Amino acid sequence: MELFINQVLAGIATGAIYACMALAVVMIYQAIDHLNFAQGEMAMFSTFIAWQLMQWGVPYWWAFLLTLAFSFAGGIVIERMLFKPLAKAPVLTNVAGFIALFAIVNSVAGLTWDFTIKQFPTPFGSSPFLGSQLISTHQAGMIGVTVGLLVLLYLFFQFTRIGLAMRAAASLPESARLVGINTSWMIALGWGMASAIGAIAGILIAPVVFLEPNMMGGVLIYGFAAAVLGGLTSPLGAVVGGFLVGVFENLAGTYIPGVGNELKLPIALALIITVLVLKPAGLFGRPIVKRV
Amino acid sequence: MSAVEEVANEAPAVEAVPKRAMTLGYGTSLVVLGLLIIAPMFLKNFFVFQMTMLLIYALAVLALNILTGGSGQFSLGQSAFYAVGAYTSAILMEHMGVNYALTLPIAGIICFGFGFLFGQPALRLSGIYLALATFALAVAMPQLLKLGFFEHWTGGVQGLVVTKPDAPFGLPISQDRWLYYFTLVIAIGIYIASVNLLRSRSGRAFMAIRDNEIAASAMGVDVALYKTLAFGVSAGITGVAGGLGAIAVQFVAPDGYTITLAISLFLGMVVGGVGWLPGSIVGSAFIIFVPNIAEHISKGLSGAVFGVLLFIVIFLVPHGARQVAIVAQQMLGKLKN
Repeated sequence: MELFINQVLAGIATGAIYACMALAVVMIYQAIDHLNFAQGEMAMFSTFIAWQLMQWGVPYWWAFLLTLAFSFAGGIVIERMLFKPLAKAPVLTNVAGFIALFAIVNSVAGLTWDFTIKQFPTPFGSSPFLGSQLISTHQAGMIGVTVGLLVLLYLFFQFTRIGLAMRAAASLPESARLVGINTSWMIALGWGMASAIGAIAGILIAPVVFLEPNMMGGVLIYGFAAAVLGGLTSPLGAVVGGFLVGVFENLAGTYIPGVGNELKLPIALALIITVLVLKPAGLFGRPIVKRV
Repeated sequence: MSAVEEVANEAPAVEAVPKRAMTLGYGTSLVVLGLLIIAPMFLKNFFVFQMTMLLIYALAVLALNILTGGSGQFSLGQSAFYAVGAYTSAILMEHMGVNYALTLPIAGIICFGFGFLFGQPALRLSGIYLALATFALAVAMPQLLKLGFFEHWTGGVQGLVVTKPDAPFGLPISQDRWLYYFTLVIAIGIYIASVNLLRSRSGRAFMAIRDNEIAASAMGVDVALYKTLAFGVSAGITGVAGGLGAIAVQFVAPDGYTITLAISLFLGMVVGGVGWLPGSIVGSAFIIFVPNIAEHISKGLSGAVFGVLLFIVIFLVPHGARQVAIVAQQMLGKLKN
């Protein structure tokens, strides 16, 4: 029983990271209807920036905030320069663009900071949380930050004018434009926020998976799985999906014989395909109806 | 506003390509063919090997092009079919002693089945969801190949070594040259078959689905059948390419068939021009030579160069090599007048 609770809690902790990634993916999907295949690499790059700032002697939380600001600006710049001109292009061109971005960011990070594995500090410490053996303080911190982020986002989208405008621009761009919302900048804002959320995910998971240019590959795929499971049109769904995927992954690795660590990833992918086939809109997503 | 009223104005995944824009002119084809036949006679064995790989990847890109340019579905998971083909050939040759030439049709048929079956669930997905599902397939494949359960056959992480075939009938050419011409014959055969397929009734059905799925089904096209068929054909050709790749490289291992390969093939198609079959060879050259050249300049640079070039292609020549070819043709026409 202890093993079970332990695995569930560890699953919730990693699930928090998947939730952040999924949230970032959903933010961009909402804004431009495309999946950002480079999301993980963008998060990795932000994490390197945080690391670099700390190497230069900036205290942890200052480095954290500076990185968020930088990622936010970086996301907006990427949208303005690269993806705004592609807005009317076919899906295929956009996918190619995301893959190109992926390759560039990965390669530049490798060239700048090389491919050796680096330690990343945690502000929470790694002692057992509140004296219990089940979960470490860092894991508890991961969960706490994700939940906090979720609450902030909820408040932002529900109670601020800009949040409302962003929701309007995402759901009905034409009408939003008619009431004077600058939809183009709302999209850029979505990119900036997604980039910053990704940075949080990267900084939180770096102490666990260690810092290197390929660290986010697996995390991004779990993030996709989470976003699809929850529904690509629902930020809340993305977060719930993240926690579910985290727990599911850990339990499958522990209890299904022959799965172990090797097959965890294929399991997550099987999950994506199953969900897509059975309920393409995801658990919380709105079904899309085509008019003939 | 209720969900039911919502209208999805999805842009088509691929822009429509008219049928006759899919191939080269007769004369140009002959020139390209002549070059492909003569060139290896003057090259060193290593370059002949690279040209063989060029043809093999061109086949894989062509397969993807039939799927995407033909039926409008797209896949980031071609490396999975490539891997299945490679392993089929390797296992048949090394464990059962089957002749290398015979393993290719078997690899093709197995991959056709595999692709057809994968096409079934993929039927319900479109656009970005299909990209995601096939992406998942490509990521899962190396892990599946490493499974202890198949280890007796696949060699697990170690992979399998494949013997390189000698030229038959005591022909006085090197193994590399023989393999090149062998690959060339197969590639030409598959190319001609693909052109004919796209011009046939099935090809027209693919294109009708690509341009407007609902209209196609209203006209009596069996959308489900033709979509899965496109997947099957594409996977089958990729499987043959994978088998050839295994024979040429003389080695199969799970880490040779990662998502990177799938992405390379996808990019090869974009660079070559979606729906333009001769573009496959241009795209293949791009994905083979660009990373090589970039690695020469600086280690680890290849990704950046690849990405930047790709953005340039997307922004300046969104139709890839096809667009360049058309412009070149028009300029030639002006010179003549």
